[in-house]
Amino acid sequence: MFVSYKWLQEYVDLSGVTPAELAGKITKSGIEVEGVEVLNEGIKGVVVGHVLEREQHPNADKLNKCLVDTGAGEPVQIICGAPNVDKGQKVAVATVGAVLPGNFKIKRAKLRGEESNGMICSLQELGIESKLIAKEYSEGIYVFPNDTEVGQDALEQLNRDDQILELGLTPNRSDCLSMLGVAYEVAAILGREVKLPEPLVETTSEIASDFIEVQVDAKEDNPLYVAKVVKNVKVGPSPVWMQARLMAAGIRPHNNVVDITNYILLEYGQPLHAFDYDRLGSKQILVRRANDGEVIVTLDDAKRELTSEHLLITNGTEPIALAGVMGGANSEVQPDTKNVIIESAYFKGATVRKASKDHGLRSEASARFEKGVDPNRVRAAAERAVQLLAQYAGGEVLEGSVEADALQVEPAVVSVTLEKINRVLGTELTMKEVEAIFARLQFETNTDNDTITVTVPTRRGDITIEEDLIEEVGRLFGYDNLASTLPVGSSTPGHLSQYQNKRRLVRRYLEGAGLYQAVTYSLTNEAKATQYALEERKPVQLAMPMSEDRSLLRLSIVPQLLEVLKYNSARQNDSLAVYETGAVFLSNGEEELPEEREHLAGAVTGLWHSHPWQGEKKPVDFYVVKGILEGLFEKLGLTDKIEFRQAQKDGMHPGRTAEVLLSGNSVGFAGQIHPTVEKELDLKETYTFELSLKAVLEEEVSPLQYESIPRFPSITRDIALVADQGTAAGELKGIIKEAGGKLLKDVHVFDLYEGERMEPGKKSLAFSLKYFDPERTLTDEDVTKAHDKVLEAVKEKAGAVLRG
Amino acid sequence: MQERLKELQTEALEKISTAADLKELNDIRVSYLGKKGPITEVLKGMGKLSAEERPKMGALANEVRDRIAAGIEEKQKHLEEAAVQEKLAAEKIDVTLPGRPVKTGNHHPLTRIIEEIEDLFIGMGYTVAEGPEVEKDYYNFEALNLPKGHPARDMQDSFYITEDILLRTHTSPVQARTMEKHEGKGPVKIICPGKVYRRDNDDATHSHQFMQIEGLVVDENIRMTDLKGTLEIFAKKMFGDDREIRLRPSFFPFTEPSVEMDISCKICGGKGCSVCKGTGWIEILGAGMVHPNVLEMAGFDSKKYTGFAFGMGPERIAMLKYGVDDIRHFYTNDVRFLKQFSIHE
Repeated sequence: MFVSYKWLQEYVDLSGVTPAELAGKITKSGIEVEGVEVLNEGIKGVVVGHVLEREQHPNADKLNKCLVDTGAGEPVQIICGAPNVDKGQKVAVATVGAVLPGNFKIKRAKLRGEESNGMICSLQELGIESKLIAKEYSEGIYVFPNDTEVGQDALEQLNRDDQILELGLTPNRSDCLSMLGVAYEVAAILGREVKLPEPLVETTSEIASDFIEVQVDAKEDNPLYVAKVVKNVKVGPSPVWMQARLMAAGIRPHNNVVDITNYILLEYGQPLHAFDYDRLGSKQILVRRANDGEVIVTLDDAKRELTSEHLLITNGTEPIALAGVMGGANSEVQPDTKNVIIESAYFKGATVRKASKDHGLRSEASARFEKGVDPNRVRAAAERAVQLLAQYAGGEVLEGSVEADALQVEPAVVSVTLEKINRVLGTELTMKEVEAIFARLQFETNTDNDTITVTVPTRRGDITIEEDLIEEVGRLFGYDNLASTLPVGSSTPGHLSQYQNKRRLVRRYLEGAGLYQAVTYSLTNEAKATQYALEERKPVQLAMPMSEDRSLLRLSIVPQLLEVLKYNSARQNDSLAVYETGAVFLSNGEEELPEEREHLAGAVTGLWHSHPWQGEKKPVDFYVVKGILEGLFEKLGLTDKIEFRQAQKDGMHPGRTAEVLLSGNSVGFAGQIHPTVEKELDLKETYTFELSLKAVLEEEVSPLQYESIPRFPSITRDIALVADQGTAAGELKGIIKEAGGKLLKDVHVFDLYEGERMEPGKKSLAFSLKYFDPERTLTDEDVTKAHDKVLEAVKEKAGAVLRG
Repeated sequence: MQERLKELQTEALEKISTAADLKELNDIRVSYLGKKGPITEVLKGMGKLSAEERPKMGALANEVRDRIAAGIEEKQKHLEEAAVQEKLAAEKIDVTLPGRPVKTGNHHPLTRIIEEIEDLFIGMGYTVAEGPEVEKDYYNFEALNLPKGHPARDMQDSFYITEDILLRTHTSPVQARTMEKHEGKGPVKIICPGKVYRRDNDDATHSHQFMQIEGLVVDENIRMTDLKGTLEIFAKKMFGDDREIRLRPSFFPFTEPSVEMDISCKICGGKGCSVCKGTGWIEILGAGMVHPNVLEMAGFDSKKYTGFAFGMGPERIAMLKYGVDDIRHFYTNDVRFLKQFSIHE
């Protein structure tokens, strides 16, 4: 809503409050003022001039040579290119030395050999948007009414010496979609009076109901319809001040009849419509739902097909307007219109919303109906409209109005106790102070001990419960005046859950290990949604996606991370490590919410380590990624429960992929992405992993318990075993561990040899075994006994023998 | 004989002083102090001396021997020291060459903001509540006082999966769920971070997926002044002690009264500039007193209990705090962007 400061002054005394101060006060107490526009900002030296002579420029077809009286000294010669400039006109003249918007300075000039002492201005040149300028002036200069005095400040004459407050209205404050609503609000803020317009209309002896009959069939959509008849109007331009106010509010002037309906819309918040009585085609107005397939041609000459959900104004048979949205072309007010019907009605918001949405016609009128107009202003608005028609269009107003009224208007009555107000706000207001606030709002109140009962005017349809009253008190008391306190009462321990703590640990660990955290989108395309999923499940699909690329919820994070690597790789960052923690979505069928499982995924590409001047350069390989995960599992106390097992997975390298098992259950995978995928994405060798973070973090871990530092030495024995190429180190390690018994504390691989000196199909794996007894110093004999068992077991179970 | 010994001493000390290295010094030791050395040789002639002179000469010989030995020892120390120095000199490195890099990553700027907020409120007795990103219409809208047909829940604005299931459009359903779990008993004190989704075309200021973090306190006697005090602490911690806050009336279906909080503009100090659009204030979050309908629907007696809630966008906070100019940066994961957030002021 654009509010003219000058216009607002007609309803509230604004003396002593500048527009900027007013904006600040309104913002603080209820409605955000998003900006204050000074209409004549940057304009100087534009006056009303009189075109005394006009002749064709001797050297240019499209230019006119004008002699203009600017009210100061001798008339001056001005060259003007506007096609509509003519002798006798009163026009806006930027005199020599004037400044126009954009710091455009007017200087004496010569145009095609003829002197020009200024410029005759169009409204655009005075800073008005083209779309707001009445059609007759949109292609040329603006022409003032003939009685305008020469030499006056043209911008003042145009009512541009004004400032406009742009209100950002929240949906509950549609009462401020009218000047009167804003006036009430401002009056409450400033503690001043509201002066309402008091339309005094002289009527003729003719009675409206003799000319028109109103019938509403769809009473629920249209509980109140008021029609007034005005005869013998003279369609023409509306007064300059009215046009100016419309333009400042963002509405283009048309003619006096249409402008007056729009003016009332702005003043009362009540949209009106004017029908040409003689073009109605009947003496009846019938409001009903449209028939499916019925057609109306609206004012914009568009043919619109309707359904039974749309509400129509008809002449009994033919549609003449789409209720609350747009009038019909057939009954439009034209330059030759003589007699008009003014419609002021209460249409149901939902009905108007449906029609405006279906037809893509959102207008100032539909917006107001959608939010609900004040039922008590419907008649007043009609009265005010006919008064203006009499005043500015020479109309004769017929006695009475023709109505169809099924509207029950009961103002809301809401009570609240002083105790509750103070308890919710944290204030210590007295009843007197509360009463004073409601008095400023012009709400009727009734106090009974601690309880105040408020009768809420219908213009404030947003107030229905006691909390709404508390808000009114709070905002007018001023939130600035509230104290700052903290909740008192039982104290609560603040903490992260164990899961949340562990998740942070995982993140910090991975970041410490060299991975950057990425955050990617959950919505993806069909191919990526399921690629690399840990579990085969149908992905969750959006009913109405915005694009193919964001149509399904991901089952895996890896494809998103590969996308991140691709993006960076294409920007000269081809060595990179990233990870993400986030939900993947597993469908549970249409009726149920999907299962959301938190996953952890990582992707590493290019060089893992690069320190060129010392000759160190190491591309990522499987063991880099595995090492990262092993370190993570160690941090989480899961080392003994984790197993990496050779695996095959779509999109992964068939020989370089492992399944990760936790206590024997698969919880994810790690490995190299398939070289064809690397090639597609234009990536260097890339390794990735994805785990169910939920499974990992929810695995039970025995509580931390101190283990005494060994007092006795351990004995280490190294063995090199010759085994088949296919025998996995992990398998041998498992056999060794099992056979070593309780004295064997630790086993690890320290060498692998697969060279020429081995028999074909064989390899050598060297293990270091550490034996230890916490109770005593082990003897060689003790160790040999255990060690022999180990050698026996590896031979028997894996055919591996000591390397000779 | 006596002279000969003195001569030897002088000669030996002279050679010692000019010895260039340990080997030469060792040769000197062998040649002078060895069994076949000149001193031994001289002493062989002791027999010719009188019994009276013999001990004197012996003492002198020992003295000469000791002097030479001491000279050698001293020289040896010097030479060894020099050798060490020489070795160290040879070992000199260029300390300006780059070190062996330690690999480090860091967390995403949004995580940084969210954890900072979480930690602040944990310190004030809150716990962190999380909930599903795919949500029932009931929790996303109805339980928050947005009944069916409410204009704010237009199909066009949300990603629906079925008529009753959608991607949550805010983190408020977590509040509804948490309150429900409390079965009408306070206090509830939670902070809810998470991803939310809206049907927006991605551009510099819009993202179809973004983060939210909300807070909720429900208890007996929770006042609007408590909300103000809490938000003041938050604003000063996040944006600096010199910031002022302002509460402005606003509207949200799930709170009444509703407010928006602005902080004074850091760039212009409240005078008005392009960042704050000339107002001197920057909008940070929405908040309010929990609407009684929301309390009642979650099983709380709205006569007994009151509460406050607030919600904000970590992206917006990060953009303001770090001067990020395009929301898409948060989801593109350009490493040149991510790396910048490894510094901790």
